[in-house]
Amino acid sequence: MSQSYNRGTIESFSRWREFSAGMWAWIFHKFTGWVLVGYLFTHIAVLSTAIPAASADPSTLAASGDIYTQTIVTLEELLLVRILEVGLLAVAVFHILNGLRLLLVDLGIGLESQDKSFYASVMLTGAITVASVPTFLAGAL
Amino acid sequence: MAEHYSSFTKGGRLWFVQRLTAAFLVIVLAFHFFLLHFVHHADEVTFLMSQARMTNLTYYSLMILFLFTATFHGVNGVYNALVNQGLTGTKRQAVKWTLIAASAVLLVQGVRTANAWAGGVPI
Repeated sequence: MSQSYNRGTIESFSRWREFSAGMWAWIFHKFTGWVLVGYLFTHIAVLSTAIPAASADPSTLAASGDIYTQTIVTLEELLLVRILEVGLLAVAVFHILNGLRLLLVDLGIGLESQDKSFYASVMLTGAITVASVPTFLAGAL
Repeated sequence: MAEHYSSFTKGGRLWFVQRLTAAFLVIVLAFHFFLLHFVHHADEVTFLMSQARMTNLTYYSLMILFLFTATFHGVNGVYNALVNQGLTGTKRQAVKWTLIAASAVLLVQGVRTANAWAGGVPI
């Protein structure tokens, strides 16, 4: 027999000081989900430059002068893009870790310690993000 | 104390597919990020390098499956979020069909892009 879990009226964001770990997890998961799905559409739009690039002549492709390579190179030269990529990594890592937490809770594992696993997700996301900064900013500074 | 909690209708088909795609995406999204940002670096991307990866049938198949599962998981997640916020009636139907149309465009464009690299399905 399943019961509903009373999470309160989470939609009342003015109550944010009273939010528990589970409510923050719910908000962060929704926020990171919106960012990721928005990025998915943007990502495919940028990668679509490969369609006209495919008909470029072999010498242009060998010299990396095609529109796909040039689009990526131009974007990667911008420091803002590199910083946004670090943000994207943070968003993706949190969504993955909290997603694993949700999958386990749905399987009946770890509901009692769901607040601790949320804090662990946040801390691990922070650690991975900070550790990745040198890799993402290499060559852009 | 609650023994089970989920914001989705328990036993629902879409609920199950959302979880199934989540389990797949956890692994493939991590692999995708690791391969294209840590093994290779985004600023070193060239058309020929992308083409070399995509002409491998295993990699091509994985990326097509990634595209389809990510699109379903993302768009169904957006739909669920909106329904949880109280979207009903005609608005709900309009949003549903708009999201389905957006997904179709994304999938067609994604497959066209993959085929541009691979020169068609790399069989």
